[in-house]
Amino acid sequence: MNGALPFIVGAALLALVLGFVARRGKNMNLEQWTVGGRGFGAIFVFLLLAGEIYTTFTFLGGSGYAYGKGAPAFYILCYGTLAYVLSYFMLPPIWRYAKDNRLYSQSDFFVRKYESPTLGVIVALVDIVALIPYLVLQFKGLGIIVEVAGYGAISSTLAIWIGAVIVAAYVMVSGVHGSAWTSVAKDIMILCVVIFLGLYLPYHYYGGLGPMFEAIEKAKPNFTVLPSRGESLWWFASTVLLTALGFFMWPHTFGSIYTARSARVIRKNAILLPLYQLILLFVFFVGFAATLQVPGLTGSDIDLALFKLSVKTFDPWFVGVIGATGMLTALVPGSMIMMTAATLIANNLYRAVKPQADDRQVSRLAKFLVPLVALVAVFFTLKGGETIVALLLMGYSFVTQLFPSLVLSLAQRNIATREGAAAGIIAGVATVASLSLTGASLHKLSWLPGEIQDLNIGIVALAVNFIVLIAVSLAMRSAAAPTHAAAE
Amino acid sequence: MRSIRWLAVIPFLALIVGPFFVNRATPVILGLPFLLAWIVAWILLTSLIMAVIYAADPANREDET
Repeated sequence: MNGALPFIVGAALLALVLGFVARRGKNMNLEQWTVGGRGFGAIFVFLLLAGEIYTTFTFLGGSGYAYGKGAPAFYILCYGTLAYVLSYFMLPPIWRYAKDNRLYSQSDFFVRKYESPTLGVIVALVDIVALIPYLVLQFKGLGIIVEVAGYGAISSTLAIWIGAVIVAAYVMVSGVHGSAWTSVAKDIMILCVVIFLGLYLPYHYYGGLGPMFEAIEKAKPNFTVLPSRGESLWWFASTVLLTALGFFMWPHTFGSIYTARSARVIRKNAILLPLYQLILLFVFFVGFAATLQVPGLTGSDIDLALFKLSVKTFDPWFVGVIGATGMLTALVPGSMIMMTAATLIANNLYRAVKPQADDRQVSRLAKFLVPLVALVAVFFTLKGGETIVALLLMGYSFVTQLFPSLVLSLAQRNIATREGAAAGIIAGVATVASLSLTGASLHKLSWLPGEIQDLNIGIVALAVNFIVLIAVSLAMRSAAAPTHAAAE
Repeated sequence: MRSIRWLAVIPFLALIVGPFFVNRATPVILGLPFLLAWIVAWILLTSLIMAVIYAADPANREDET
């Protein structure tokens, strides 16, 4: 037993209790379980969105990125902000349509808009393939955090199993309510811990932010500006744009807007969330502070920067508090992902095969699938090697492929047909997969100007997607034109 | 008042096009290197812009939209 453990164990129990209490007074039908009865106000929607967005990636990856690469990490601050600006205009019509048609998932949205259950299956498959690695990432982070912060008392494998059981249990019982309630604890803790670390560490080691950046500039000139090649300005601009478009395409993020009580709730959040994004600034400060204090971490070890520096600086009990916070940043998004994946399988794959299934059956199946999804993710976390890493890198690009057909479907007159939407998504996903698996990059095309070589390769997939979508839609329309004209 | 919505274009220009003009470490502002200070300033301003758009948006005055 060491000083850190009580806090980590305490936070795990707190999550479990909050997750169960969240159920009180609710009849857990599918509508309550997966979209909170569409009754969440501004604060709960905020907690859900913040809960999903600030994941282990924020905690470990954000600080690690600043530690290892410097200025390119700033892109994380920018894309979220722009995604929230888009959300003000894009999400209210989605919310309204979902409410009017009683939709449960992102896939449902495509099914209704394009009147195509097949498209729904395609979207659900893309979603699931992107979600499982994302869940694996949370579990991996959880294992690392508990092992390091607990000074090795709890092995990473054991931590992953315990975490998976806790989350699966409260998701089965309380669904999205459980995620929202545990998010309360997580957000309070992360706010306090990260702001404290971000201000204290630069002060403790350098005497303040200014002196810290001065020292970094001296030791590593130009660490805080974007390099002229590689992760350059062109990389930055294209990556910020792409990830801002893909942001709300994550099915669990998309689904959480269904929980809103009104469109106004969503618009209000577009004002608040950019500010909340600034938590990342303090995460970066930690990474920058670590860069001269615990140098030498390379490869995927850069993600350990925050904990290495914390262990060096603080007493075990406080490392435990940081570990507890880190653990919650894995559990809350983990719970949303599990619920979304289970809902997609039950509601959009099972129901597509068995259309006569009613909501009660689907609801029961979805809850039953939660532990299975958790098991699959634990399996990949413990056994999965390169494949899962490859899928993870592709996940964001996969869901971004849903953007064109989604946005077009919001227009009064949608120029995309169901065939066009399906073909575009498939072409985009295939492009992402083939580019990633072959390790292709624009840098290999040495005849291209440097600026273009630096562009995020996701742009290529999105362009292929869009061109195929338009071409197929136009072809289908002109083929259907005679009958169409007759009908009018 | 709908034209106020076009203010939403500004954050995109500031955060995607802006860095091309401010990719510098100096001058240091409140301890932050210039590029980072620029980004942080625009996040604050984005929130403000969204608040202005929200306040001017007639949709938010209806009861349950």
